[in-house]
Amino acid sequence: MKITFKIWRQEGANSEGSFKTYDIDGLTEDMSFLEALDHLNERLVLKGEKVVAFDHDCREGICGQCGVFINGRAHGPHDHMTTCQLHMRSFKDGETIVVEPYRAGAFPVVKDLVVDRTAFDRIIEQGAYITAKTGTAAEANAILIPKEVADNSMDVAACIGCGACVATCKNASAALFTSAKINHLNKLPQGQPEAHRRLVGMTDQMAIENFGSCTFTAACEVECPAEISISSIAEMNARYVKAKLFG
Amino acid sequence: MTLDSKIPAGRLEDKWTSYQAKSHLINPANKKKLNILVVGSGLAGAGAAATLAELGYQVQCFCYQDSPRRAHSVAAQGGINAAKNYQHDGDSVWRMFYDTLKGGDFRSREANTYRLAELSAPLIDHFVQQGVPFAREYGGVLANRSFGGVQVQRTFYARGQTGQQLLLAAYSQLSKMIRAKKVAMFARHEVLDIVVIQGKAKGVIARDLATGEIKRFAADAVVLATGGYSRVFRLSTLAIGCNGSAIWKAHKRGAYFAAPSFTQIHPTALPQTSESQSKLTLMSESLRNDGRIWVPKKKDDNRQAKDIPEEERDYYLERRYPSFGNLAPRDIASRAAKERIDAGYGVGQLKNAVYLDFKHAINKLGKDVIQDKYGNLFSMYEKITGINAYEEPMKISPAAHFSMGGLWVDYELMTSIPGLYAIGECNYSDHGANRLGANSLLQTSIDGYFILPNTINNYLEGELKETRPDVNHPEFVKVEDEVKSQIGKILAINGHRTTDDFHRELGKVMWQECAMSRNKKGLEKAILQIKEIKDAFWKEVKVTGHDNEMNPELEKALRLADFIELAILMCTDALERNESCGAHFREEYQTEDGEAMRNDEDYKYVSVWEYDAGDFKLHKEVLEFEYVQPTVRSYK
Repeated sequence: MKITFKIWRQEGANSEGSFKTYDIDGLTEDMSFLEALDHLNERLVLKGEKVVAFDHDCREGICGQCGVFINGRAHGPHDHMTTCQLHMRSFKDGETIVVEPYRAGAFPVVKDLVVDRTAFDRIIEQGAYITAKTGTAAEANAILIPKEVADNSMDVAACIGCGACVATCKNASAALFTSAKINHLNKLPQGQPEAHRRLVGMTDQMAIENFGSCTFTAACEVECPAEISISSIAEMNARYVKAKLFG
Repeated sequence: MTLDSKIPAGRLEDKWTSYQAKSHLINPANKKKLNILVVGSGLAGAGAAATLAELGYQVQCFCYQDSPRRAHSVAAQGGINAAKNYQHDGDSVWRMFYDTLKGGDFRSREANTYRLAELSAPLIDHFVQQGVPFAREYGGVLANRSFGGVQVQRTFYARGQTGQQLLLAAYSQLSKMIRAKKVAMFARHEVLDIVVIQGKAKGVIARDLATGEIKRFAADAVVLATGGYSRVFRLSTLAIGCNGSAIWKAHKRGAYFAAPSFTQIHPTALPQTSESQSKLTLMSESLRNDGRIWVPKKKDDNRQAKDIPEEERDYYLERRYPSFGNLAPRDIASRAAKERIDAGYGVGQLKNAVYLDFKHAINKLGKDVIQDKYGNLFSMYEKITGINAYEEPMKISPAAHFSMGGLWVDYELMTSIPGLYAIGECNYSDHGANRLGANSLLQTSIDGYFILPNTINNYLEGELKETRPDVNHPEFVKVEDEVKSQIGKILAINGHRTTDDFHRELGKVMWQECAMSRNKKGLEKAILQIKEIKDAFWKEVKVTGHDNEMNPELEKALRLADFIELAILMCTDALERNESCGAHFREEYQTEDGEAMRNDEDYKYVSVWEYDAGDFKLHKEVLEFEYVQPTVRSYK
């Protein structure tokens, strides 16, 4: 398989970037997209050039570290799929593939296709936890949680923190990410004591980090590898209004 | 140096309690003065960093990923074991202890294994408290499922993403302590060496992966929580960045390495399809609860699975191990698959796979039930292979997965270097020669949350009187120079082969000679081959880019340089052990029907290796079995 890659190259956060074109042969349909980049990088090394830097780790869709824009879409042409799960059989022989980093003010480019998503970590720090020290827990079955509640909580807890929702949003909003974490904990009885504090702390941080506002275009839920629905955002907003009105 | 395992005296059931009662304490005002480095942010690292910070210590935590939430604990799928006996099926701490000891083929310490089982129930309490959305029954109580190697249901799970949910809980707790400024987090930092001063671990040298800057960190104790080293095989179920560098560097600085060749090959991963493949995706062992494993009875049967009638299918696990069937432990299931594949019954394009079939379960329970239990695994399978496993069986194959081996630690999880601890997968502690499914999340969490925070004080109490060396101490300068010179050397070679090329070559040798089955001739040959790979690597590798920038190619090369040396030790260890036990199967030592032949008379010890100027010296920690007499491990 032969592919022309147009890849964004940028030395560092403060350098100018540009697209560079690489014609690459010897790919197969069974290769994952990241293996195709590996293949390209090996050829670059042999030519004495610097490799294309891209983030990746588990390569099975769960760690959330990979993520680039491929032909104008976060994580590539399929819905609900991470970059590492994308395979070359999704492309045609001879196709040109445009690869660029996630573009969002809150995700500055570190190098080439690598961006800085630590803003997500800082949102988490503002309340995505239950304040209880190790060693203070009661017997697990003392808290009964209906199956539906646990299942609904799990639906949103499944967020992998990849940032595709932000990258694809025209406002670069982090509402899907933030709501998923808030709802995971605020749905559960264990999350109740800090429910309000968590909601306000995390949504405030979202604004501080310069993420945009959500205008419900639902672009995010199409890309989300964990298939988190925008109803999660609606739920967060409802909780927010309730918290503001009733404390 | 003699190996003191520091097992407390007293009855097995009382050892941990009596240890805690007698260990030294440090008052809260003094804890603030003590600084601990935690290397790694998986369940062990994040759990330890958060808990140590809650106790009042100053903690600095490192991970090579862009966020602590990415650590590879995230990828564990099936579940976590605990002796809660919620199913009322005869489970107990004792039974779990016995299952684990037997599962490990009697190559771990009784006291450690018992403690693992003992602390499993409070760990579930802890994770529920932290908001982990475990699977529930309609009545609201926690649900359980079965896992390999046991006959009770003691596995707790959150769909097929248990590791993710536990890791995110640990990451949350860590984030809370980062916000409280009790933990300083250094993401995108890789620890490249350990600083030992007057025989004690006093710091690390780390590289900032975003800028290339080399930094020194001084502390009163160093905790390694760096995970497993199965990427030595290149193709494995591990994340691409997983590496053995920190533990290898620690080993070269004097930490003993225990049972390096005990590595687990997981029976249910996706088969390799090409040379350029970078990893093998795991399909959770939990699938074996409802999936049945088979191959055609006829060699080179090219019919599609659905065209092969029942009577022409060989459910070989059910045939060979009737009492455990598809839930035989991993080492046994992997070897049985290899046996069928090698004998010419493999399926798939490269004839390197076996079927995992859900037809019967779907017929019996309905598609909805199967979807509810394993939905995300089926969709992952479809994303990668393009095949709908509700319609046709999955094709699976064994893959390198877990390292039981690791840095030798005593009962306190301290290595042979005072002040240097190893927790989670990077140590050798509880699993013996084979780890049972769903015991990995358990061990790594318990090490980090419960054990280390209760043992490290016993050492640190003595350090209160000492002054912490600062980063300008000559030893820091020396170790930093060594790190920099290794980086400079690799970049200067400018040869004609890529790092991946060498890694593929190393992986092939290791997979061939030091994986599911091993023999003397093969291992001796492998050692020579790996030494040649090492020589060639240091002459012919080509790494582009510079040291003072983000350079993923350099990171890879540094990790591979350590893997190559570790591979030699793994083969040396496998060669020394003239018996078959657990995952270590020596072809020379098997029964007529192909089962492992353990030799307790000569090998009832843990092989503990000391680094000796490029060579390795063997020490033996003889295992005493006071409570359970080792028996032939049978799952028939």
